Amino acid sequence: MIRVELPFHLRNLAHVEREVTVEVEGPVTVRSVLDALEVRYPVLAGTIRDHGTQKRRPFLRFYACEEDLSNEPPDTLLSEDVVSGKEPFSIIAAIAGG
Amino acid sequence: MSNVRVLVGTKKGAFILTADGKREKWEVSGPHFGGWEIYHVKGSSVDPNRLYASQSSGWFGQIIQRSDDGGKTWNPPGGGPTASPDGMPKGESNKFVYEGAVGTHLWYDGTQHPWEFKRVWHLEPSLTDPNTVYAGVEDAALFRTTDGGKTWHELSALRSAKGNLWQPGAGGMGLHTILLDPKNPDRIFVAISAAGVFRTEDGGKSWKPATRGLNLTYELPDKSSEVGHCVHRIAMHPSRPNVLFMQKHWDVNRSDDGGESWHEVSGNLPSDFGFPIDVHAHEPNTIYVVPIKSDAEHYPPDAKLRVYRSRTGGDEWEPLTKGLPQSDCYVNILRDAMAVDSLDTCGIYFGTTGGQVYASADSGDNWKPIVRDLPPVLSVEVQTLL
Repeated sequence: MIRVELPFHLRNLAHVEREVTVEVEGPVTVRSVLDALEVRYPVLAGTIRDHGTQKRRPFLRFYACEEDLSNEPPDTLLSEDVVSGKEPFSIIAAIAGG
Repeated sequence: MSNVRVLVGTKKGAFILTADGKREKWEVSGPHFGGWEIYHVKGSSVDPNRLYASQSSGWFGQIIQRSDDGGKTWNPPGGGPTASPDGMPKGESNKFVYEGAVGTHLWYDGTQHPWEFKRVWHLEPSLTDPNTVYAGVEDAALFRTTDGGKTWHELSALRSAKGNLWQPGAGGMGLHTILLDPKNPDRIFVAISAAGVFRTEDGGKSWKPATRGLNLTYELPDKSSEVGHCVHRIAMHPSRPNVLFMQKHWDVNRSDDGGESWHEVSGNLPSDFGFPIDVHAHEPNTIYVVPIKSDAEHYPPDAKLRVYRSRTGGDEWEPLTKGLPQSDCYVNILRDAMAVDSLDTCGIYFGTTGGQVYASADSGDNWKPIVRDLPPVLSVEVQTLL
């Protein structure tokens, strides 16, 4: 079970609390976690990654285990602490603009 | 007894203002989608309880919301926030993907630049079917849903109308106006910032620029240019779809032949720069604009907020000032932030970047603020509920 932390507006959009959990089959990567998140919460599709390019939206960041994974290749394996559920995978809305 | 419902989009959420036909006492609900930019909210004329909203942010992109109960509850079409019971693919209702090869348009440095979807500026429900809606987007293109907003498909022929020559202005290359001809379902007019007006006569299969006669001073060196016109807004009266009115970047214009040609009707306006233009519900020759001092100073001339009305379809204008601030006023009124109701004494409404929504229940003679302290107003639409 992977723990995913969501920023304020995405929590409201999906009608969930700060943290949700998703099941990931196969390798646990940024891509597979986001895929699983979008399957469980369809309204989030396109809000974290662009619909067409699947690139991370510029003002969102991905953190886990005190590391910034935002610019890592999407198929990079996440750490064992995220896989085991000890640490969350955090989607952060950058402090930018008004 | 008739009621009026005013749908207000702001930089930080949507608000719904309701009153009875006297339009004196107002109830305010909202913010809906607090913290999000709501570029536009509009209801279906066929089913007034069916509303569509464009919700977007620089962080999270585009969301389409739909209400089936007049704005009491909202959901993204196609399955709600957590499930997709009708089997819709994930997030389809938020998905605006250009049709075919994405193509390129003119960029600031003279090179070609790929089209990039940014947001939905304007939603125009069909005049005959509550499930069909047109969406004008940035970068400029026209999309349509025929399933109540679950899926959107581009009418891509529009971008063949010299789209390679369209170039964004400072406000973005947005398709902001969609006029559906009530007498001819195959005829649609759209207007695009810094590109111009385009018309289809075959339901969107082909499009032509409709800009002949527009003044090009300060805009384009080539006086024969069909595209590159900074059109801010166009309007028509449903009884007279061949007559169009335009607030251009500079100049107010009129067409009497369905956009085939235009002539200037700025007349005695104190400034012919501005954004919105609208037509009285019962007097097709009565039109309204809000002059703004200049494109370098986006506030009213002499710091006086004045709506100007022409009862002659342009050229001769009178200022409407009663109830509007006549000193120290530095707000702007954006292109989609004016609307009219269709009660017997036509109501006129507009919202400002200072967060006020003003209403006149007597065709513009007298004004009152409905609300004074909303976030900057991006759009105003009105529904007359019988």
